[in-house]
Amino acid sequence: MINDILTVMWKERKGIFRQRGSRTRALLTMLVPVAMVAVYFPWQMGLGWVETYWSLVACVIVPMLTVGITVPDAIAGEREHHTLATLLASRLSDRAILFGKFGLAVTYGWVSTVVVLILALVTLHIAHWDGEIMFYQPSIFLTDLLFGFLISTLVTGLGVLFSLRSATVQEAQQMLMAVVMFPPLVLGVLGTFLLGQVAGLRQTVGDVVSAIGGTQLVLIVAGVLLLLSLLLLATAMARFRRSRLTMS
Amino acid sequence: MAGTLEWDELAGRTGPAIRTENLTRDFGRVRAVDNLSLEVPPGIVFGFLGPNASGKTTTINLLLGLLEPGSGRAEVLGFDTCAQADEVRARAGALLEHDGLYEQMSAWDNLEFYARIWHIPRAERAARIEELLRQMEVWDRREERVATWSRGMKQKLALARALLHRPPLVFLDEPTAGLDVVSAAGLREDLAALAAREGVTVFLTTHNMTEAEKLCQRVAVIRQGKLLAVGHPDDLRTHTGSPQVEINGSGFSEQVLDHLRARPEVSAVETRDGGLIVHLRGDADTGPLVSLMVNEGANIEEVRRGKASLEDVFLTLMEEDR
Repeated sequence: MINDILTVMWKERKGIFRQRGSRTRALLTMLVPVAMVAVYFPWQMGLGWVETYWSLVACVIVPMLTVGITVPDAIAGEREHHTLATLLASRLSDRAILFGKFGLAVTYGWVSTVVVLILALVTLHIAHWDGEIMFYQPSIFLTDLLFGFLISTLVTGLGVLFSLRSATVQEAQQMLMAVVMFPPLVLGVLGTFLLGQVAGLRQTVGDVVSAIGGTQLVLIVAGVLLLLSLLLLATAMARFRRSRLTMS
Repeated sequence: MAGTLEWDELAGRTGPAIRTENLTRDFGRVRAVDNLSLEVPPGIVFGFLGPNASGKTTTINLLLGLLEPGSGRAEVLGFDTCAQADEVRARAGALLEHDGLYEQMSAWDNLEFYARIWHIPRAERAARIEELLRQMEVWDRREERVATWSRGMKQKLALARALLHRPPLVFLDEPTAGLDVVSAAGLREDLAALAAREGVTVFLTTHNMTEAEKLCQRVAVIRQGKLLAVGHPDDLRTHTGSPQVEINGSGFSEQVLDHLRARPEVSAVETRDGGLIVHLRGDADTGPLVSLMVNEGANIEEVRRGKASLEDVFLTLMEEDR
């Protein structure tokens, strides 16, 4: 099983971004957000970038984009390019195919997050060099790594489910992007508005966060993300079945 | 090599490569496969003939365990296609409706991927891929992306992929569909040579009768999911197609044709390419027919007795089923 999963990951690595135009589309989609978190934020914030949880922004945006591009290519792409039927007729189990594709997407999401965090450090050193090496505080860096992984897993789970319902890569990407981008955007705008309008709300939120404690808050959010990811993975496993896919 | 073990397993088997009993599958209200019962002996090229949408692809999907039957059962290489579908897929090769190639990957990487899937040991992988690419005469282009290849070359590569792990049984779903005449003939030659060399059982679906006639030792004809006939092409010709005489010449007036049709030993007369095809009832003598035509003023240049082609058999079966 492990060998089969690695085989699928090998193929995905070979084939990803090789469809006509997909590499350009991926670069264009990621250019502005990556420039924001790898250049603009550390440039503007200086030491604050490595001493506060602001770097978590990179751990949300980067995996969303990376996975949002790769997962539809890996699953809806197989259907669109008529390669899925042959793959299903092989000796690979349903789970080996699913986990192989899932694994590579999560790996891509996570690794690209780490790369962007390192790029942000490079920007920080160029813009604010004062003779000393700067690095993320250990607790912040660990949180970044954990959230980068969890967000990658969560978006991959969503991406698999949307890809199974979509006839084309483009359709799956559009649906996935709408779902992963829209709710955080609405919540962000709504939250900012309420904090500015409702008297005392900022204080209350601050008190609640202080009462829970930073570490515990991180663990609670991580636990919720993990639970959601497992739920999505279980649903994907139930839906990624030969008989279903052959008929679709 | 993994395939060798499977081949040994098959060599020890005495039963048919494929056996179905009343296999049935519906899609909504449409019955795609209807009580299909057939046996495919090992080591032959078996043609599964039928018009478009007759249930050929659904049958392959059922035999590969990709779909479950509504009723009935099927055994492939001795394994039940429902309960032991993994075992079936572990031993069979398939070239389905689409070539299934990753077009942005090279020919080598396409085969490398499937060699890994079939667990062909690393030491033997390269040699086997090279052997097949050379046999298919695409070795020199192994590093090119498949997207740049012609359809004929892609089909050859897909055929190589299906045979990569030396499967004892290969399913080929209309492998020459969409190819030009030259490419189709080339692929047929490769297929016949490979089937003979590798001793593989081939389950070939097609609606190309010439292809079936050239390649298949046994054929089944299916229409709307129902099996209409099965047997050796010669047997089908004998039982289904009537004996016929091809007459070339000139002066085949309507009067000549009417007189021919009136003869008791003649079942039908048709004109083809300026000549006549006269379908006979039983083993009738052609001498009186030729005399009659000459007396009516026809100029006869050539008279050739022949059997019905597989296409004639196929068309007759389709007509009878209507």
